[in-house]
Amino acid sequence: MTLNLTLKIWRQAGPDATGQIETREAKSIPIEASFLEMLDIVNQEIIQEGKDPIHFDHDCREGICGMCSLTINGVPHSKEVGTTTCQVHMRKFNDGDTIWIEPFRANSFPVLKDLITDRTSFDNIIAAGGYIDVRTGAAPDANSVPIPKEQSDWAFDAATCIGCGACVASCKNSSAMLFVSAKAAHLNTLPQGQPEKDKRVLSMVRQMDKEGFGNCTNQYECEAACPKLISADNIAKLNRDYAVAAVKEAVSMV
Amino acid sequence: MALKSYIPEGPIEEKWTNHKMNSKLISPANKRKFSVVIVGSGLAGASAAATLSELGYKVKCFCYQDSPRRAHSIAAQGGINAAKNYQNDGDSVQRLFYDTVKGGDFRSREANVHRLAEVSVNIIDQATAQGVPFAREYGGLLANRSFGGAQVSRTFYARGQTGQQLLLGAYQSLEKEINKGGVEMFTRTEMLDLVLVDGHAKGIVVRDMKTGEISSHAGDTVLLATGGYGNVFYLSTNAMGCNASAAVKAWKRGAYFANPCYTQIHPTCIPVSGEYQSKLTLMSESLRNDGRIWAPKSKEDAAAIREGKKQASDIPDEDRDYFLERKYPAFGNLAPRDISSRAAKEACDDGRGVAKTGLGVYLDFRDAIGRLGEDAIRARYGNLFQMYEKIQGENPYKQPMMIYPAVHYTMGGLWVDYDLQSNLPGLHVLGEANFSDHGANRLGASALMQGLADGYFVIPTTIANYLSTQTPGAVTTDHPAFAQVEGEVKGIIDRLMSVNGTKTVDHFHREMGLLTWDKCGMDRRKEGLEEAIATVKKLREEFWNDVRIPGNANGINMELEKAMRVADFLEFAEMLYVDALNREESCGGHFRGEFQFTEESPEVQAGKTQQGEALRDDENFCYSAAWEYAGYNETPVLHKEVLEYENVKLAIRSYA
Repeated sequence: MTLNLTLKIWRQAGPDATGQIETREAKSIPIEASFLEMLDIVNQEIIQEGKDPIHFDHDCREGICGMCSLTINGVPHSKEVGTTTCQVHMRKFNDGDTIWIEPFRANSFPVLKDLITDRTSFDNIIAAGGYIDVRTGAAPDANSVPIPKEQSDWAFDAATCIGCGACVASCKNSSAMLFVSAKAAHLNTLPQGQPEKDKRVLSMVRQMDKEGFGNCTNQYECEAACPKLISADNIAKLNRDYAVAAVKEAVSMV
Repeated sequence: MALKSYIPEGPIEEKWTNHKMNSKLISPANKRKFSVVIVGSGLAGASAAATLSELGYKVKCFCYQDSPRRAHSIAAQGGINAAKNYQNDGDSVQRLFYDTVKGGDFRSREANVHRLAEVSVNIIDQATAQGVPFAREYGGLLANRSFGGAQVSRTFYARGQTGQQLLLGAYQSLEKEINKGGVEMFTRTEMLDLVLVDGHAKGIVVRDMKTGEISSHAGDTVLLATGGYGNVFYLSTNAMGCNASAAVKAWKRGAYFANPCYTQIHPTCIPVSGEYQSKLTLMSESLRNDGRIWAPKSKEDAAAIREGKKQASDIPDEDRDYFLERKYPAFGNLAPRDISSRAAKEACDDGRGVAKTGLGVYLDFRDAIGRLGEDAIRARYGNLFQMYEKIQGENPYKQPMMIYPAVHYTMGGLWVDYDLQSNLPGLHVLGEANFSDHGANRLGASALMQGLADGYFVIPTTIANYLSTQTPGAVTTDHPAFAQVEGEVKGIIDRLMSVNGTKTVDHFHREMGLLTWDKCGMDRRKEGLEEAIATVKKLREEFWNDVRIPGNANGINMELEKAMRVADFLEFAEMLYVDALNREESCGGHFRGEFQFTEESPEVQAGKTQQGEALRDDENFCYSAAWEYAGYNETPVLHKEVLEYENVKLAIRSYA
């Protein structure tokens, strides 16, 4: 079975160019194709016409690298729950549908071309403190510190973040709190992460502010948009950890 | 040039220890004078960049993705092996060493494999200290599972996202070093060529994928950690951007490329569904711990399933052929990848395939769900089942998964010595990009182990053996060699942009992929390979005369990026076919149809193996084939590294 669709796509020649929505028909799209394969098919036609194909970020196409983005009909990664754009399949659409395709929009994610944005700000936040500072070779035996399974599972749930930025794109304030809180919760929950916990939280939050992300107003659009279903509970934990760290800092304990 | 592998003297269990003692040291005060260029930020590249920076070297790291965290190591699902013996089930460094050599069908270098097994235990310690959330038991200690090709449980895992969690550990260490100023990171930057100065690798020429700007970077040594060449098949489990260009460019500059014909076809992938298909998705091998692989016994049942008249659940047990359990009772569904893939192909070639295309077999969880309950299966494999359902639109808790083999990993790579240095001085190659540890077939959960072993523990020691012979900073980008190579790179881009042909890059990539899969896939034969060599030469000519790349080279141009990679693949593919043609034996991931055990073979008669199994020729082919570039359209020149087995006895690789 195939679909005929109308695409409304954001086209922008470069970072400083003015963008606009372009309309294009997508004909005979197999329902088994993925969303990005649908764009591949359209792009092959565009190239045959001698025009510039639609540029978008993608790599693994199996929902784990976090490179694909796209806001589909107003929702980052589409309205499918817990799904990255590359894992959205055309069987979820109907013949004759109009589909709006835009980049992940946020001031801290400037558009580079068409649907490609620059998410380097996320790397900068991790560099500021999103790690455990262990030198290679200095580690003790892996079983020397038992970690209760529940605690380990909680850390794991936070660690599943793929750093795609859907949380930011879905937020009216372009807040990165879900991303930052997930990484902080992953490391702050584990015994290995305790020595740097306060420093980590303060550095990451400050870097987040410096990158221009907005504040969190607790509406949790981010949680709904997250392809990995990261819980907004992490945000509460981050707020708590930040308050403790800030107080300690005020009395020179960090 | 003679190949010198520089394997250290002494008994195998002392080689690495002795080598560390005999390796050169560079004092902390001098380390900071040396600069290291690293291409790739996956497990091997990121771990090397972080560790070398910690040691004090000045590091520049490059990746084509928008962030080092996206490298394709991230997609590895099942796990990482280590000889910890936490399960008390008889594992040891010696056993991991033996399993890996045997798994590689006796075509790897013993000393390297033993070192890999030794440092495997350190990797788990390191990753755990970084906060990698490996699966744990209720008592708080680390959990293990078994994996294909092993009878012990030595695989550490993090749900179905082990690669992601290990890569994030390495990435975080890398970001830590970026923050401290030890590493300068270049994202969305693609290496386009290697620069040699007096025969030594001293830098690279790159393209800024955002602006199109071409620039040079000099270093006292260059490390390639650029992954494998699976995308020469077009459809593979690799990421869309995975490419062999860095390795091909190094090859064209004189580095030898070893054993390209060892390509791993993974048995459990989601079958191809149509021509539009851009990639194939792997279903972790760990599923074979609980899933049973089968095809209908009769062609009639298979046909009925293909036509939608019957479902898997309509076929009673007595009409199912659990072919792995039947053929390999000791290992059953956990038989190694090459063997399992060929068995699935055999069933489909026999007309018993079940997907619409006829190319699929079942991976069935019915019995495991019956035994353990759906919740237990969900806890173990939930995310994989979910992924399957998203792609196929079918619930695998109710009907079995349909799977078919797909290209996954490539064991061949740039030739390196024991120090991970290629035959070009100063060029080091790490991870999947090199060739040394997996032989003709890689066992499950060994890729993550090798990438991290190379980056965290091997190169930090061995790099000094080269650097200590060099004057730090002696070569800068002012050297005329850089301008020369930049000019050549710009020439290639100009040439590509000016073809103005009629066919898209994807067209050529797909054609090459189909050709490779057809003639150099799971069953290779002389005539087919000869035909492929002739065809790819024509395809290459057609590409350079008829490819269409819209837009211009200044700024983001994904068609240009792809075109440069496909151009390199088109040269690489020929070497792959030549190697497959040269190796007149079957071993591991290289199966030549003409060389298999038959009913009449004495070994089959004696019950040591079965007909249809790979027939190795140790007398004539117990060597690694390292190919030297001889020029465009010229047949590459073969150099041999003879493999000497002092510790493992060459034997028929039996899993029965």
